[in-house]
Parts: sequence; structure tokens; C-alpha cells
Amino acid sequence: MQNDIALSMRKINKSFPGVQALHDVDFTLYKGEIHALMGENGAGKSTLIKVLTGVYPKDSGQIYLNLDGTNKEITVKSPYEAQNLGISTVYQEITLCPNLTVAENMFIGRGNYRMVNWRSMKKKTTDILSKLNIPARATQQLGTCSLAVQQMVAIARAVDMDCKVLILDEPTSSLDEQEVEKLFSLMRELKSRGVGIIFITHFLEQVYEICDRITVLRNGELVGEYEIKDLPRVQLISKMMGKDLDDISSLQNRKPLDEKADTPPVYEAVGLSSLECANAFDFKITKGEVNGFTGLLGSGRSESVRAIFAADKITGGRMKINGKEIKIKKPKNAMMHGIGYLPEDRKRDGIVEDLSVRENIILALQVMKGFFRPFSRSEAEAFADEYIKLLGIKTASMDTPIKSLSGGNQQKAILARWLLTNPQYLILDEPTRGIDVGTKVEIQKLVLRLAEDGVSVTFISSEIEEMLRTCSRLIVMRDRKIVGELKGEEMTQDNIMHTIAGEAGQNG
Amino acid sequence: MGNGLKKFAGSQLVIPLFALFLLIVFNLIRDVEFFSLTIATNNQGNTVLSGNLISILNGASAVAILSIGMTLVTSSCKGQDISVAAGAAIAGSVFVSVLRANEITIPVIILAFLLCCAVSILFSTFNGVLVAVFKIQPMIATLILFSAGRSIAYWINGGATPTISSPLLVSIGGFIPGIPIPTPIIIMVIFLILISLVLRFTNLGLYTQVVGINEGTAHLNGINPVWIKLTAFMILGVCVATAGCITVCRIGLINHETLLLDVEMDVILAVAIGGTALSGGKFSLFGSVIGAYIIQALTVTLYAMKVPSSAVKAYKALVIIIIVLISSPVVKEHAINLRNKLFKKQVKTEISMKAS
Amino acid sequence: MKKILALLLVFVLASGLAACGSAPAAPAPSSSAPAPSKDAPSAPATPADSGLIKVGIVNNPPSESGYRAANVADFEKVFNEANGYKASTFYSLKNDEQLNAAAQFITDGVDYLLISAAATDGWTNVLENAKQAGVKVFLFDRMMNVDESLFEAAVVSDMAEEGRMAVQWLIDQKLPEYNVVHIQGAMGSDAQIGRTGALDAEFEKGTMKRVIQQTATWDEATAKQIVESVINSGEKFNVIYAENDGMAKGAVAALDEAGITHGVDKEVVIMGFDCNKWALRELLAGNWNYDGQCSPFQASVIDSMIKDVEAGKTLPEKIVINEEKFFDARTITQADIDTYGLGD
Repeated sequence: MQNDIALSMRKINKSFPGVQALHDVDFTLYKGEIHALMGENGAGKSTLIKVLTGVYPKDSGQIYLNLDGTNKEITVKSPYEAQNLGISTVYQEITLCPNLTVAENMFIGRGNYRMVNWRSMKKKTTDILSKLNIPARATQQLGTCSLAVQQMVAIARAVDMDCKVLILDEPTSSLDEQEVEKLFSLMRELKSRGVGIIFITHFLEQVYEICDRITVLRNGELVGEYEIKDLPRVQLISKMMGKDLDDISSLQNRKPLDEKADTPPVYEAVGLSSLECANAFDFKITKGEVNGFTGLLGSGRSESVRAIFAADKITGGRMKINGKEIKIKKPKNAMMHGIGYLPEDRKRDGIVEDLSVRENIILALQVMKGFFRPFSRSEAEAFADEYIKLLGIKTASMDTPIKSLSGGNQQKAILARWLLTNPQYLILDEPTRGIDVGTKVEIQKLVLRLAEDGVSVTFISSEIEEMLRTCSRLIVMRDRKIVGELKGEEMTQDNIMHTIAGEAGQNG
Repeated sequence: MGNGLKKFAGSQLVIPLFALFLLIVFNLIRDVEFFSLTIATNNQGNTVLSGNLISILNGASAVAILSIGMTLVTSSCKGQDISVAAGAAIAGSVFVSVLRANEITIPVIILAFLLCCAVSILFSTFNGVLVAVFKIQPMIATLILFSAGRSIAYWINGGATPTISSPLLVSIGGFIPGIPIPTPIIIMVIFLILISLVLRFTNLGLYTQVVGINEGTAHLNGINPVWIKLTAFMILGVCVATAGCITVCRIGLINHETLLLDVEMDVILAVAIGGTALSGGKFSLFGSVIGAYIIQALTVTLYAMKVPSSAVKAYKALVIIIIVLISSPVVKEHAINLRNKLFKKQVKTEISMKAS
Repeated sequence: MKKILALLLVFVLASGLAACGSAPAAPAPSSSAPAPSKDAPSAPATPADSGLIKVGIVNNPPSESGYRAANVADFEKVFNEANGYKASTFYSLKNDEQLNAAAQFITDGVDYLLISAAATDGWTNVLENAKQAGVKVFLFDRMMNVDESLFEAAVVSDMAEEGRMAVQWLIDQKLPEYNVVHIQGAMGSDAQIGRTGALDAEFEKGTMKRVIQQTATWDEATAKQIVESVINSGEKFNVIYAENDGMAKGAVAALDEAGITHGVDKEVVIMGFDCNKWALRELLAGNWNYDGQCSPFQASVIDSMIKDVEAGKTLPEKIVINEEKFFDARTITQADIDTYGLGD
């Protein structure tokens, strides 16, 4: 027997009504390796994981788990069972309970329904937290921690359960670099203990930094399994997308900033502040410009753009649209002045889960049209159809609830919602977070195309590469203040880092 | 055709309609003539229709009307108003006191109804403000009026159970001369048509659901959740006033202690049976109305079966548990799995056809 | 800050609502404790107005029913300063609140405690305390499970007797057959048990046929539905025995819609309870046949007993059964309605 295999899956099939989500997929995970599971939206990564952890029953196929040295076939009926077998998962979206304490979250659903010993629970939690350098207290309510810390608690919880197989589904999408580093050292530590780790991410750099092997899925089928050293990035991307790509290089054609002063800025704010963004700031954007806010997580970049859209209560400032003084007190005002805003947290602020793709797409335009003037069914269908085609949204039908779409397609639908309103100024806060490479490229291309058509765009991304590719001006933030502005030649990764760090960059 | 059928199978209406169908079949097996209609002459000398079918439709009108408003509140506020029955007692009391103070003519009845709507909307708005502005859980917020409502009604009535009698009121609570269908059924239908028109010609339905599913999204898309919730409560206010007035007219008497007693639970149940999640979000008005008829059909069936008084509630609870269980996500999932197993071949061929 | 202010406003509004709902329920002269209030009863007499007999009255709130409203009004009419009483009153449907209130009255030093208990159990302690403190206790309307030595006297209704009277009247009508539709009040209430008992006995004996026996929980509309279902089933019936007036009215509404005549010498005999004025007027008009009453008027009886005790006399009986009345459509007069009818 090959005793270094931790887990293997053979000929896994899973179909949903109308879609074959997995077709004869094989997957092997060795002990003490970090194995990247890669693929585009809807390639079947999440489905495979959910079959493995018992969220979905599989239609056919076998799962073998190394139990005490022999590979035994297992049937997992629920995540709880998977957990007991030593298969732990940390999902992309945080699935803990924000209104319980950190300690309670660490131990919830794990006990054998014995009496809960609060004191020992608290002590254990404190130990784990300090061992992993997680900046949270055991008695703190989880919801009061930052997203990043919540994510780390989720990982700590899995780690603490002595798992043999640890599945990390997009764990890094809300962590900043330092935190990612911390997580990686933790992963390496687990690896040395012989834990097999399945790592799902959209950050290619991270794959190459930490993983040993890669399994690529496409459209529910296995493309192949590769040693990391045998698969350069470009090849990985082409395997995932199923075609050779020059998309990324073709993106390098951003327009230089047009700073002619004869036309007033599309949007201009002086001394703008909101409840969440207490430090007043000035901001302007010209027609067809793409600019961006950058800074570490929590630097105030999201809060700033929220203030522009009046997503939080506005506490001061003057705004102008095309040179005309206006008042934007609530999102509806901003919308009526042609501003669109795609929020950072898609699940909380973007999608309306239970409603159809159609209803999600027409929502903003419908609100702008007015309460007493609903679109007819055929109008709404025409709009939805147009944008589903335009953006290539993969959905069974326009009446499908949006929650059953993959993350990237949900994001596209929200993007469609705002494009439909024909905005003159579009704010995109982390539009590429948690979605696959192909869609990321598509969205970046779309941003540039919009700019060519004269739409002004503010673009925020955690990936500086993306910002450099698309933006012609970057506003750098630190500690909720704007600390610099870079444009043209000044815009280099180095300069950004220096500005964020608070040192003078090479070019001033 | 097949597509339409599939759509129907996935809609929220399946389970309530199926339950209603089962109840009907059960009654027909028990007694073939259960739903037969007879023509009779009533004591006012009008020709009227009677029979269990009429009794069910008639008896459920108040609950059905209330369930319409309750559906909107449930959907947008993620909770229920438990003060509807107490509110109806207030509305009924206002109606009766205005009528007792004046000679009963059609304009006076209309005036009394409008006044009673105004009072009802006022109380409903009070609930709505607690829920929408102060973010108090609906059940807690409406608990205030739930406890105080009948006392307020008592105060309006001066502690008595005043009666009113007029042929005009009999026309509202019973039959309009020349029309063989009970007026409450007609009012219910008019009400349903009105609400359908409102939903058709405004965005109330969309906004309500968006607010109920994801308030953050609603806010960022220019919808004011506070107004939507208040609107839902105001509509419920009109429903409460209508239900209260109909009930008063049926008997020509207001007893603030027993008027629509415990009906809030029936209304909430109707909403739940109708397929609207009590935690808010997507709603189905027609489902709720069907839910109301299911509850009434069940009650009438139990009367017809001469179930002992002390056991009525237990039987009702039993049937309702079954309905609620059937519509629970867990059972649904099992049903889908079962279907997939049974029709696996069919699904596969369908897919291969799509693929080719 | 603004939010706090607004919240405060709502709170004031809410409590205002509750208060205005129940304020009229409180008797005018002395007490202003709102019905659902958990506060202790307001302090009774100050030493200044000695000469008046201090009584503490613990009752159910008048909003409970028309019967209770009449009962409360009766006590207000008798126990006031004009009749030489300084009365404090507390209303609650909850036994524990009543117990607290009674204890408070004892502490406040009333001379007499008049109690209509919400529940029959749990009173022994409080009544023993009263006895030690020299407070004399009268029970009215309802008995409680305590030793007879703990109270001076009890003036209570005999609900079972009420039912027997009604059934006896029905037997006396000598109908060729008895097919009875029996509409019950809320199951388990004193009135329901009393009014059902005698009729159930007849059903058992087989002298009367039970067409349907169903609870309408005192609700008119439900009563109407029950009768509708009987009519729809096509079963014959000639008596409707409804355990209160409202339900009788609901039943009659169903008969009217089906074109069935009712009342004196008509197809169906209508029997109700409570003797609301409007119900007695139906009797007078011949639309109904019978209305029984459980008398809510106990105040004057207790008043005379207190006066006797004050005069040093001993009371002849511990338990006084209130005299129950009933009215027959053939014999009722306008004067009866004016004297005995409840409400208006």
C-alpha cells in the first residue's frame, strides 16, 4: 500500500439539475504536501470540496482516506462526519457565528455534547491564539474582529481539531500580506507534521510560493496533475482557461492621464467626510479616467469610496458633478447623478441572494426609474438577456436565484446591474476578489473599455498588479488618511510600498 | 408545456396547493356531498348560496385579508406582527362607536370605515416605527399593542359589548340583496385584486423582498428600508381595519375580548403554509391566501367530523405540523433526491441531449 | 443623543397607550392602579379620614368580560365614601400579582379584604397573615382552596346550578324531541364547566340528542361557523344552547342566513347566558327563548355582612350562594331588562 497517500478520490461524478458539475474527477493528496486545486469559475473546485466534506452527496465514485496506514473507502454524509474523520475545511466565506465569542466559535459543534467547561475552553483558546499569533481575545465577540482575524480564527479552529486533511478554500482573499505570511508559516508547520493541505486560491503568486503540486480542473473535468516546477504560470493559466492567452499582456495599454483643465472633473469633492470616514478628504476624477485607492486592508480606502457614494451617513463636504454643485446625501442621490458603486462585500451588500439573476440585474435601474414605474416583464427580460450575453454570465436561466451562481458570475451580475444604469462614474471596490483568473482579466479589460467609452472609474483591488495595469492615478492611504498620490511614471510597486510605509519614494 | 410544469413544481405555491388538494380529496371521500352547494332563502328573504364551500371561503376572509398584510410585513421586516387581532378589536370598536353615534346610512358607514382605517394605520405605524426605525424585533415591538390593544378597545367601548343592527350592516357581514355570495368573500376578492394591482403597477413587491433578503444591498441601491417597512405596516393597518369591520358586521356586535381571538396565530400560520419564510425574503401573497383557506377548511372539516371540543386544537396542530414538515427544506431535499434517483435516466438523457 | 431622546419618546408614548387603555378601568374614587400594572396597590387611607371603613378589593380586571365589568361597577357603586368606605382596588388576571396586592393591603392596614381570586390555589399563607393582622376576609364570586376558618364569608356563584336551571327550563318546554346544538365557552373555564354539566347529564341519559358539541371559545364568529357546519351537514336540530349571549347571537346569524326561523314558537329554540341588555331585548322581541344569569351583583350582600360584623353580630352562614336568575321570552318585561340587564 502507498502509505504516504492521505486522501484519494476516484471517478467522482456529481450533477445538479441540468448541469454535470463533476465528471469522472480523480484527485490524490499526499501526506505532508500542500496541493493547489486550481480552476476557473464553475470548474468544479468548490463542488469537489463539498462532495469530499459531505455537503453534497456524490452521484458515483469513491473516496479513500488513509486511516491508520491503510486506505479505506469512506462515505461522508455531513461536514460533521468529515470533521470527525479528520477532514477540516475553512471556507471562502466565513461560516462562524459573529455573535458568539472567539472561544465559543473555536469549540462550537465539536464537543461530544458533554458539559461545557467555560474556563478550560477559554484557556485553551487563549493558548492557541497566542501560539498562532492571532490578535484576538478568547472572550471577544467574533463579529468585532476584522475579517482577516475572523478568517484566522476559522483556520485556528480547524488546526486545533487534529485534522489529517485541511482544506483551505480561498483563505487569503481577505488577508493582507503580513497575515498571509503568518498563515503560510502555519501551513508549513502543519505540512511538516504530515498534514495534507488542499489549497484553493486565485492568487497565482501564492500558489507558486507555497504549493508542491497542482491539480487543474476545467468545466467539471480533470485537466491534469502537475509538479509545481513543471508548470510555469502561463501554462497554468492556459490550462485553466483551456486556451492560450495573451490577454494579460494585451492589458498593458492603459491611457495616460488626460489632465487638460478645460473640462471640469466628472466628480469632485472637497472636504468630504462620513461617519465611517472621519478624516475629510478631497478627491476628483476626470472623464474617462481610471484611478484607484490603495493601501493596506483597513487603511480606509473602502470607507473613502463609500463616502463618495454616500453609502455611510455624510457628515461634511461639498461635491460637484461636471462642475455643478450638487448634494449627495444618500445612495439614491448618487445614483441619480450617474454614479454606480460595486461594494466590497458582495454577499452582504451586493447580491440579493434569493432573487433571480434578472431581478438582481435590473434592481438599480428600476430604483432610478421610480417606485411607481416598474419595468414590464419583457423589458426586464430584455435587459437581463442583453447583459447576461454581454458579460458572459454563466447561469442556467435568468430566473435562477443568484445565490446558486458561482462567485465570479455573481460579481458579473452586480457589474451588469450598474452598467445597465449607464453611469458616468463607476466605483468598483474589490471587483476581482474571490473570483477566478479568467473573470479577473475580463473585468480589468472591461474597466479599460469603459474608460475608452468615456466612463470614469475608481478601481480598488488588493492586488497591486491589477491596479498598476488599469489605473492612471493612484491615491495611497494609510491609517484612514490619504498619504500620497502617484501617477504616470511614479506608479511602480516600489513607490507604492514606500508611500504606504511612509518613506519618501524614489521619485518624490 | 413541460417547462411550465417544471416552473410550477419549483414555485412556492406547490405545497399549499397540494395540502389544499389533499384536504378536499379527504373530505370528498368522507362525504361526497361535502362541497355541494344549495340554494336557500334567508330570513331577510334573499336567495343565497350555502354549503361548506361557501362556509370555508366566507369564514376565512378575515384571516385571508390579514395574511396579505402579514406577508408583506413578514417579508420586509423578517418578523411578524402579533397585534393584528388586538388591532382589529380597536378598529372594530371605533367602527361601532361611530355607527352608534350616528344614524346608520351608507355615507356614515363609509366614514366610519375610513376613520377606523385611519386609527388602524396610526397604531400600525407605531409598530412600524418601533420595528423600522428603532430596529426592535417585530414580535417584541408588537407585543406592546398585543397586550394593550384589547384594553384600548375596552376603553373605546366603555366596557360594554355594544351591538349595532341595520340591514346595511347585514349586507356587509352577510349578503347583499340579490347577490347570492356572502359579501365578505366579495370584499376579500376585491382586496386581493387591489393588492395585485398595487404589486403590478408599483415596485412594492421587488423592494419588499430586497429589503427582507438583504438590507445592505437595498440601501446601496437607493431603496430606503425604513419606508418600505413602514409601508408594509400601513398596508397591514388597512387589512386589520377591514378584517375588524367585516367581523363586526357579521354578528352586529363587538366583544373586544373575543373579537378575532388568537387569530394572529392563524394568520402567521397561513403565511408560513403559503411558502413565505418567517425569516423574511421572498414572499407569495397567493400562497398566504391559500394558507388561510387551508386553515379554515381544516376547521370546518373538524366541525363536520364532530371532533370533541377539547381535541380540536390538537388535531389542528397535528395537520399543521405535517404541512410545515413537508415544506421544510430538509424534507424537500430528500424529496428531490428521491426524485433524482427515480428519474435518473431521464435526467441523464436530457443532459446528453443538451450537450449534443 | 437624538436616538435616545426619540426612544424615550416612544417609551412614554407606549406607556401612555397602555395607561389610557386601562385608566378608565380603575374605579374613580381612590385607586388609579392600571389593570395590568405590577405595581403594588396604591396606599389606602391616611389616618386623617378615619371613621371610614378601610377595604381592600382584589378583583379581576373589568376588561375580562361583560360580567366582570358589571361586577366591578357594582362594587364601585357600593364601596365608596358616600357609603362609609375607603376602598382601594387592585385588578389582575394573574394569581401571583393578586397575592402580592393582597399582602400589600394587609401591610397597609385595611380593615377588610375582599377577594375574587384569579386561581383557587396558593392563598393560605396570605389569608393566615390577614388573620394574624386582624384583617377580616370576604370572598366573592369565586371560592378558593383554603380552610373555612380563614375567611368570614364567601358570596359565590354556583355555575352548576345555573346550568341545571337552564336544562330544567328546557325540559319543561316539553318539546317532542330534543336535538341540541351545544356551543361551549372556552374549555376549562368555570362558566363553561358549570353550564355544560347539566346538559351533558341529559345527553348521557339519552333524553336529549347531541347534534354537535363544540367550543367557540366565547367567540361569536366561531359560533356562527359551528352552526353553519351543522346546517351544511343537513342534520336536524331544534335547540341551540350557547353558553353566552355573544355565541348565541353568532348562532342566530347563521340561522338567519340559512333561512331557519328561531325564537318563541319557531323552528329552533335559542338559549343564551349572561343577560346582556341587548340579549334580553331579543328575548322581549321573541327572537330568543331563554337567557340565564350568573349574577355579578354581590357588593350589597357583602356590604350588609360587613355592617353586621361591625355591629358585632355573627354571620349565620360561611358560604352564601348568590341567587341566580333566568328569563323566559314569554314572561320577560321591560322592567326586568332595566333592572337585571348588563351593559346597555
